[in-house]
Amino acid sequence: MSFVLLRVLRVTSFVLLATAAEAQRPSPLKGGVEFQGDDVKTLQADEFANPGMLWVSKGEAYWKQPKGEARMACGGCHAQGAMKGVGARYPRHDEAIGRVVNLETRINACVTTKQKAPALAWESDELLSLTAYVARQSRGMPIAVSIDGKAKPVFEAGQRLYYQRIGQLHLACTNCHDASWGRTILAEKISQGHPDGWPAYRLEWQALGSLERRLRACFFGVRAEMPAYGSDDFTALELYLAWRAQGLPVSSPGIRR
Amino acid sequence: MLLGRVQIPQSVRRGEAFEVRVLVQHPMETGFRRDMNGRAIPLNVLDHVSCKYGGREVFSAKLGSGIAANPYVAFYVTADTSGPLIVEWSDDKGEKGSFTATVSVAG
Amino acid sequence: MQASAAAIAGGALGANAQGLGLAAPQDLTPYIREITGGRKPEERDVEIDIPQIAENGNSIPAKFRVKSPMTAEDHVTAIHILCERNPRVQAATFHLGPQSGRAEISTRIRLAGTQNVTVVAVLSGNRYLIGATPVLVTAAACLDETAG
Repeated sequence: MSFVLLRVLRVTSFVLLATAAEAQRPSPLKGGVEFQGDDVKTLQADEFANPGMLWVSKGEAYWKQPKGEARMACGGCHAQGAMKGVGARYPRHDEAIGRVVNLETRINACVTTKQKAPALAWESDELLSLTAYVARQSRGMPIAVSIDGKAKPVFEAGQRLYYQRIGQLHLACTNCHDASWGRTILAEKISQGHPDGWPAYRLEWQALGSLERRLRACFFGVRAEMPAYGSDDFTALELYLAWRAQGLPVSSPGIRR
Repeated sequence: MLLGRVQIPQSVRRGEAFEVRVLVQHPMETGFRRDMNGRAIPLNVLDHVSCKYGGREVFSAKLGSGIAANPYVAFYVTADTSGPLIVEWSDDKGEKGSFTATVSVAG
Repeated sequence: MQASAAAIAGGALGANAQGLGLAAPQDLTPYIREITGGRKPEERDVEIDIPQIAENGNSIPAKFRVKSPMTAEDHVTAIHILCERNPRVQAATFHLGPQSGRAEISTRIRLAGTQNVTVVAVLSGNRYLIGATPVLVTAAACLDETAG
């Protein structure tokens, strides 16, 4: 085949792939809180009464506290306002860590390597508080993750998982969150499955929880084995979900049923 | 120490009833939930909230497990003198917390 | 507002709610009597601002208001919240006085299933008021267990 023809075919297939990928995103794009009732929406918007803000306040306190063998506080390295925009960029490939990581993992990398303190446990008060505090600094900013270069294979793995039927109920994320968003199941409206308000305060948990905790509940919901916290499956899925939600403003800490 | 926050208006007029909003971090464990091994998680509720202003108690509440986790309570107080407004809270295990806001009375 | 018709004794149900599922509404008479000392509360001037349908029984925003001049001679001294189907009927009691300026409380309550929320207000001068409103609850607090 001639060089030019090959070139044309490659460009065409790229355009087609990109178009197909775009078509896979829900339209119009609606953030998670849009599928909650009025009371939940009001609570999320209430700067004072939003219970997730308690974790943000705690996160601010942890941020200022020196800890570990290095006796360093997060605020000791990071200047005031330095976290603005950070929450909107995760998950992302981190050169130092050598793989794609979510915000929680990135925070823990600082805790272990810079503060020289033991890693914070998943869903621990301190990790949740710090994640909520950092995510909050990006409130209102559009989610914008990179799926190029080293992030590409992780993105593709996440995409495969998103479309894969799993569990005893044999359902894929897309079956509910693309095909059925806006429809009602068990008296609740199905959302588009975006990560835009996380970490969030879930009324069912009566506490703030991470995105992974919520995703585990989804796996449980279709009676599939729940991936472990911090697993590659979750990282890949979170990257795909963030790409899928790009443009939506970060609204952490959100409130959900 | 039980974490909590208090919100009052930035400035109030003498004689005006202003809203005091309180939010405390507390699980309000009902005693009816069970853990993964089937054991009941013990009762643990924030049972007392009170407010002092102008040298005397102007509000108090006795809360039970029928109040949602991370309890939110808002009440009214009549503005009198500028000065501290102290909200205190405690639970059934003796854990406590408090927050002092400053009332700024105009006129 | 008459107390809901139920023949079940409050004590037994309250202590053994675990594992029994949603409870029938309890008779509020003994709870009201404890507050009023036997006097019959008047059905007026009590406003309950609460959603008709609660998304989740674990946290339902509620505003309780009693019409009162809140003067030294005529004011609300206490507002009692009673939830007839909760494992513990007495949800909270708020103590006010003339310095409150307004007899209005906002909070978030838990409801273990669809039920009436009843408010008994104690006024200065040994007077009592009562009001109630129904709330439809899909996911019940206290009794609908969740996983993870």
